[in-house]
Amino acid sequence: MIRFILARLVKAVVILLAILVLNFTLIHMAPGDPAAVMAGEAGATDEQFLEDLRRRFGLDQPFLVQLWIYVKGAIQLDLGYSYRRGMPVAELLWDRLPATLLLTGTAFFISIILGVIAGVAAAARQGRWGDTIISTLALLFYATPLFWIALMSVLLFSVVLGWLPGFGYETVGANYTGIERVIDIGRHLILPATTLGLFFTAVYMRMTRASMLEVSRLDFVKTARAKGLKPRVIQRRHILRNALLPVITLAGLQAGQIVGGAVLTETVFAWPGIGRLMFEAINQRDYNVLLGVFFVSAAMVLLFNLITDIIYVLVDPRIRITQ
Amino acid sequence: MSLLQIKDLAIALPKGADRPHAVEQIDFDLAPGEILCIVGESGSGKSMSANAVMGLLPEGVRPVKGEIVFDGTDILGQTEDQMRAVRGRDIGMIFQEPLSALNPLMRVGAQIAEVFEAHGLLSPGERQKRALELLREVQLPDPEKAIRAYPFQLSGGQRQRVMIAMALALEPRILIADEPTTALDVTTQAQILKLIEDLRQKRGMAVIFITHDFGVVADIADRVIVMEKGLIVEQGSVDDVLLRSKHPYTQKLVRAIPGIVAGEKHDFSEAPVILKVDGLTKVFTTGGGFFSKPRVVRALDDVSFDLYTGETIGIVGESGSGKSTCGRALVRLLEPDSGTVEMAGVDMAKLRGADLRANRRKIQMIFQDPFSSLNPRARVGRILSEGQIAYGTPRREALARARELLSLVGLDASAVDRFPHEFSGGQRQRIGIARALALDPDIIIADEAVSALDVSIQAQVLDLLADLKERLNLSMLFITHDLRVAAQVCDRIMVMQHGKVVEIGPADRVLMAPEHPYTRSLLDAVPGKEYEEALKKVVGQ
Amino acid sequence: MIKAWKRFAQNHGAVIGLIILLLVVLVAVLGPMFFPQSPWRMVNRPFLPPFAVDGVPLGTDAVGRDVLIGLIHGARVSLMVGLVSTVVALLIGVPIGALAGFFGGWVDDALMRFTEFFQTIPSFALAIVLLAIFQPSLFYIILTIAIVSWPPVARLVRGEVLSLRTREYVEAAILSGQTNLQIILRQVLPNALPPIIVLASLMVATAILLESSLSFLGLGDPNVMSWGYMIGAARTVLRTAWWLSFIPGIAILLTVLALNLIGEGLNDALNPRLTRRSE
Repeated sequence: MIRFILARLVKAVVILLAILVLNFTLIHMAPGDPAAVMAGEAGATDEQFLEDLRRRFGLDQPFLVQLWIYVKGAIQLDLGYSYRRGMPVAELLWDRLPATLLLTGTAFFISIILGVIAGVAAAARQGRWGDTIISTLALLFYATPLFWIALMSVLLFSVVLGWLPGFGYETVGANYTGIERVIDIGRHLILPATTLGLFFTAVYMRMTRASMLEVSRLDFVKTARAKGLKPRVIQRRHILRNALLPVITLAGLQAGQIVGGAVLTETVFAWPGIGRLMFEAINQRDYNVLLGVFFVSAAMVLLFNLITDIIYVLVDPRIRITQ
Repeated sequence: MSLLQIKDLAIALPKGADRPHAVEQIDFDLAPGEILCIVGESGSGKSMSANAVMGLLPEGVRPVKGEIVFDGTDILGQTEDQMRAVRGRDIGMIFQEPLSALNPLMRVGAQIAEVFEAHGLLSPGERQKRALELLREVQLPDPEKAIRAYPFQLSGGQRQRVMIAMALALEPRILIADEPTTALDVTTQAQILKLIEDLRQKRGMAVIFITHDFGVVADIADRVIVMEKGLIVEQGSVDDVLLRSKHPYTQKLVRAIPGIVAGEKHDFSEAPVILKVDGLTKVFTTGGGFFSKPRVVRALDDVSFDLYTGETIGIVGESGSGKSTCGRALVRLLEPDSGTVEMAGVDMAKLRGADLRANRRKIQMIFQDPFSSLNPRARVGRILSEGQIAYGTPRREALARARELLSLVGLDASAVDRFPHEFSGGQRQRIGIARALALDPDIIIADEAVSALDVSIQAQVLDLLADLKERLNLSMLFITHDLRVAAQVCDRIMVMQHGKVVEIGPADRVLMAPEHPYTRSLLDAVPGKEYEEALKKVVGQ
Repeated sequence: MIKAWKRFAQNHGAVIGLIILLLVVLVAVLGPMFFPQSPWRMVNRPFLPPFAVDGVPLGTDAVGRDVLIGLIHGARVSLMVGLVSTVVALLIGVPIGALAGFFGGWVDDALMRFTEFFQTIPSFALAIVLLAIFQPSLFYIILTIAIVSWPPVARLVRGEVLSLRTREYVEAAILSGQTNLQIILRQVLPNALPPIIVLASLMVATAILLESSLSFLGLGDPNVMSWGYMIGAARTVLRTAWWLSFIPGIAILLTVLALNLIGEGLNDALNPRLTRRSE
């Protein structure tokens, strides 16, 4: 078990290193002078400034040396400097990260819980109207662009009905403290977390339903029936536990999509996280920030993956014991 | 007084099936304490009535006529809740695949305790205690440890014992066993059969035992029902049905069972050696990641033998003995670690690339599964000509040869234009044989080539192989787990265990006077030997 | 094949999906012939609501461009990007998966580590980075979508090939002297086709969503009118002219929904294992 997690950690570190290499390669592949790319729009005109950059990153040295300088810096959490904003990228990300973790974490857990419940409910009613309704809804959410749902929910719940705040992380200027602040942030969180979670709820619901139906055909379910167990017990103890395994695997794979989706959600809801930061960086051509967000979001994905891996191991004794 | 009565039962199949009813006109009684065997080939509907007794028919399949009377009430008229009270408590059931029949994520003890829980019996502590007693009763080694094990940590035979413990937990009056030993090795099968017999004696429990194996029937049954295409064709006491069968279908099945006594054998030791295997070794290493120790299995351990021209050697053993690995290593579907395979002066084990391809055509293989051994998307003509074309035969010639091959194996030449799914299992196996012959090989390796076939088809395919071998002067390695089949076709028999050859010798000698204790235990475990003696006296074979 | 088509036709959802998709294809192919004018041209006053003025049935946007013409031209872009990027992703994913599954060993290890890497990194963020660094032209958009969407293909194909290559007919083909390439192309891949077709139909849908999301963020080809761009441009006027965001969104929803329905129908028709009955 500990070995298994250690192995996963090693793998995660390797992937992070590979992303750094990829980042650096991208800077070099971009059209134009790497120094200008690093500087972004901010300092592209100032020749002295570019010269400083070249020296600092050894851009006049061989590729591998440059790469080493870059990776070494990144390991010390130096992700470059945003000349546009006048502050280190790492600091910028550090400020914005909590909001994104809150948003994606909430969306991740809401969507898994809701998706599994809906999937179980649909599978139990296979072919009947309850199943049809749940499955149709899931299909609709699955097919709707995330940013459009976000816009439409702002329109409906914020503009038209006025129930919930449509943008921001908390009420500006209200200066709430303690529990009031928590409630305020919570109210701001509802719309973005729900819209971000809807698509994934649909994904997990469809997977859970399919997996439940698949498992319910297996032999051990017949054994359970032959024991005289009640359908509810069979459903929960025998079918659900086994059906969850592929759902957990999928949840791990989908973690990257959730983090990516946060860019769209945060953009629409003006949520002050790294996704919003990325959107701003696109318009400002602030490449250091873009690559920094990319790196941190990959790290977040690896974190989510690690969590799902641990859950998987806890559920499946075969890995727990043999590894 | 009978315990269970089935009267004029008919079970309908869903629309679009190959026949309207799975079974019809099913009438039989089960007396307390008796073992009733329902025997038939695949598709005979033999497990349907038993499943109906449990109320566990597959989706879309339902009884449409008749009664199943248990304890004075018609089960078919019971509600699901009433049936649930019967399942597990009055009637227990065990299945064919003991691995898939157990929940992989639950400990063995919890799965047994669940039976008591389902019927609201005992406290959780008592349930565990009873579970332990039951595991002891089914003679599981180290029950204290087994109760905390997960199914994947047990062997096939141990899992089936767990299933039996589970089925017997509430001392049911009827045990339904649906092909419970089919997935097990022959020695394990013998142990499980004995266990069922013992428990029946001890508890006076009636057993409905569903099987396709007449040997098992002979060993265990009190009474026998023979089914064909959804109908009961014959029923009666085991002696009546097996020794004095009246129905032609039963007679056909009984005759098709190969005898364990070797038939006419030849000694080929004067003939030239066509294949010389020396010191063949293959070690599998599994697991062994960054942090864990690898597990090492010696699948082939210094295997050596000579195959003489025109001879058939039977390679027999249980699963995991290395017999299939041996066949596959000879043709290099697997890379052996060391050893030599000399064929016509060339060491097959060392060849590479084009040399390997050129030499491999002389040694071809017939596979086990008639359903996965033919490409479902290729017409038979293509299947039979591809190999020849790969070796440079013009397409037209190759196709003409394909037609010849089809008639050689007893199929119509028009089959070239059809797809594999249009053929039955036996016919597919004939196509597989034709494919192996397409390249004019000197040696044929038949890997469990008849194991997946019903016994009547099995006999036909064995006859065909014997005939072809004679006519084309082939030498053959016949890999099988079934000693009866080996006895029928092999000149010499080689017994394997844990990757080693434990015994090799003329078939008669190995079967009649085995030297190695393992061979002896294998022979002892073959079901239906006593009956075979009896049958010989009756029929006068 | 005929059987599969029958099963497909029995699936109401799939048939509805097919009809919707055919309509969208029709609009995309024929629409620009009937409305050849540029979707970027101002035709009327800005912010005309739908059905308010004759000649511009769906109204105009913030700078007076015809919304209907935008939709028609957007259909072409969406379908084209969806289709071509899927084909490119298949061209990357199928060979990688087939080689990994067929040869196993270190080939498999290396290729799957590579695939896993691409599957782990957040694909949308990678797409943004790629397009921000290279200029957002149609060519790069298609390439980017293909780069972030091939890993599932590779994994699927590898899984299929891995199970197919131990089939006895593949072993028979090895013994009958066929080369590895022949075996992969003639014995293995044709039998892996049904799940690949199903996945491909779903990938077209995902690619359309991805393209619209990128355009929404302003990473679309600036010379091409697309549905995502229309929504992105209308975002700031959501309060005053909500229909400008609403209408293109419905177009995306219907197209993607249609493709998903077709995908499900294909899945039921080509992989009918869930309907199998035991003895």
